[in-house]
Amino acid sequence: MDIFIGLVRNILEEGFIFGIMAMGVFITYSVLDFPDLSVDGTFPLGACTTAALISIGVNPYLSCLMAFIAGSAAGMVTGFLHVKLKITNLLSGILTMTAMWSVNLFITKGSSILAYYNKPTIFTSGLAAIFPRDIYVYRIAVVGLIAVVVSKIVLDLYLKTKSGLLLRSAGDNQQFVISISRDPGKMKMVGLAIGNGFTALSGSIYSQQYESADINSGTGMVVMALASVIIGKSVFGKIRIMKPTTMAVVGAILYRACLVAALQMGLNPDYLKLLMAVLFTLALVSTNFFSKRRNKPYVNTPEL
Amino acid sequence: MSTLRNCKEISELVSMEHIYKTFNKGSVNQVVLFTDFNLSIDKGEFVSVVGSNGSGKTTMLNILSGFTDIDSGRITLDQRDIGKMKEYQRAKYIGRVFQDPSTGTCPALTILENMALADNKNKPFGLTRGVNKKRIDEYRTQLERLKLGLEDKINLQVGSLSGGQRQALALLISTMTPIDLLILDEHTAALDPRSSETVMELTQQLVSKKNLTTLMVTHNLKYAVQYGERLIMMHKGDCVVDVKGEEKKHLEVNDLLKVFNEISIECGN
Repeated sequence: MDIFIGLVRNILEEGFIFGIMAMGVFITYSVLDFPDLSVDGTFPLGACTTAALISIGVNPYLSCLMAFIAGSAAGMVTGFLHVKLKITNLLSGILTMTAMWSVNLFITKGSSILAYYNKPTIFTSGLAAIFPRDIYVYRIAVVGLIAVVVSKIVLDLYLKTKSGLLLRSAGDNQQFVISISRDPGKMKMVGLAIGNGFTALSGSIYSQQYESADINSGTGMVVMALASVIIGKSVFGKIRIMKPTTMAVVGAILYRACLVAALQMGLNPDYLKLLMAVLFTLALVSTNFFSKRRNKPYVNTPEL
Repeated sequence: MSTLRNCKEISELVSMEHIYKTFNKGSVNQVVLFTDFNLSIDKGEFVSVVGSNGSGKTTMLNILSGFTDIDSGRITLDQRDIGKMKEYQRAKYIGRVFQDPSTGTCPALTILENMALADNKNKPFGLTRGVNKKRIDEYRTQLERLKLGLEDKINLQVGSLSGGQRQALALLISTMTPIDLLILDEHTAALDPRSSETVMELTQQLVSKKNLTTLMVTHNLKYAVQYGERLIMMHKGDCVVDVKGEEKKHLEVNDLLKVFNEISIECGN
């Protein structure tokens, strides 16, 4: 039983943390219709920025914010490459992802793993510090939950603002954005900045959980985030009151659950990335199978 | 006579002067469309444009709206030189309804959200609430005038509306904020006969109510004769027929058809 609770705790911890990234990717992939591969580079960017800042004594919450800003800046680079230099969306993402490798190494001063053990993190200072001793092991899940809920509320509120509506229309119909006298390219850059900001925030929190940043931690993040978004949508898409941001987070939790279950059943960890790809393929195939509609509506309406 | 000319210049809204446009320059597919094309439209004029495929009607609209670049020439709108402006910058002054009903609206957004976005045209899109609750009644009133029952469906996604409903909404949306020029690009061509009648009546209503200068391209000669006070027939990048006033009023579909056929025979079609 203890083992089971431990597993659930682990699934929730990772699910919440990666859920933040899934929401970011929801913005680029579902709202903007932009398959953004820079995520593989901006996740470790968030981790490395945080590690560099916390190890020189910066407040961990401020470090989270700085990671978000760094991720947004990287997202703007992808947007710039695509919108201003007219490079295709996939290639723009790949270029940023590749460049981020060197940027991350620069931030960590050349080491591939930057550890900052026993420095204050969001899991050891602030709210976590006053956590009762007997449930101390749950602090990561609780702090992760708070982080994901706050991110979700901020994102949901943003999507209802004028700028948020414009972002959604930019992904939906560029000509419409032009017709209301706005530059759709600019909105794409805004969306990429938001998406990669949340991805970097996710990387920042992930790194604080392990008190170290690994520049390799970004591998497979695109696949994981996209799979979370698509699983969430295909499982809960029919529930009208559920917001797509919630679907992305729950999708991330389900996805972690699948991975943990497979490992518990004795899967060799070497095959983990293979399993991730297979899960993603299944999620994609199942959505194609179940929904005949090719466009991806933001809010689902029943068939009329 | 000179005062008359002055009056004309003041009342002129759109002017395209010495427009040159060649597609696929330098390749085997080179098509010279416009050589020294000129057109001037007066304030408040409703101009219908007809012409065969490839005559340059849609290219002319695209050049005006900024979708297509010109090789040389001058385009002014209300004395402003708009030739160098990007399409989205010109949209500040120009409203456009397209042939494809899905172009003028956002399918994934609700009717309300579409209208709120259009209502905010030329204002900043900041972090304030996207849909202003105080304006909802006003949106409903505007939708009621369409007589399509859309006022009861404001929270429905636009993607689930029919082509005719979407086009009516697109028309409403493109004229929500003050514009100098309304461009209608075969906006009834994709609709069934009844819907296109409805949309045309609505067009006439909106145009006369807001006294809009309108440029309507159509393949429907009946509409071209019925609506507007000026008619232009284009052929190979030139205006071959340009009638207005009394002459336009007495014009009939058969007259137009005759000219149309003559042109086609000249081309050997």
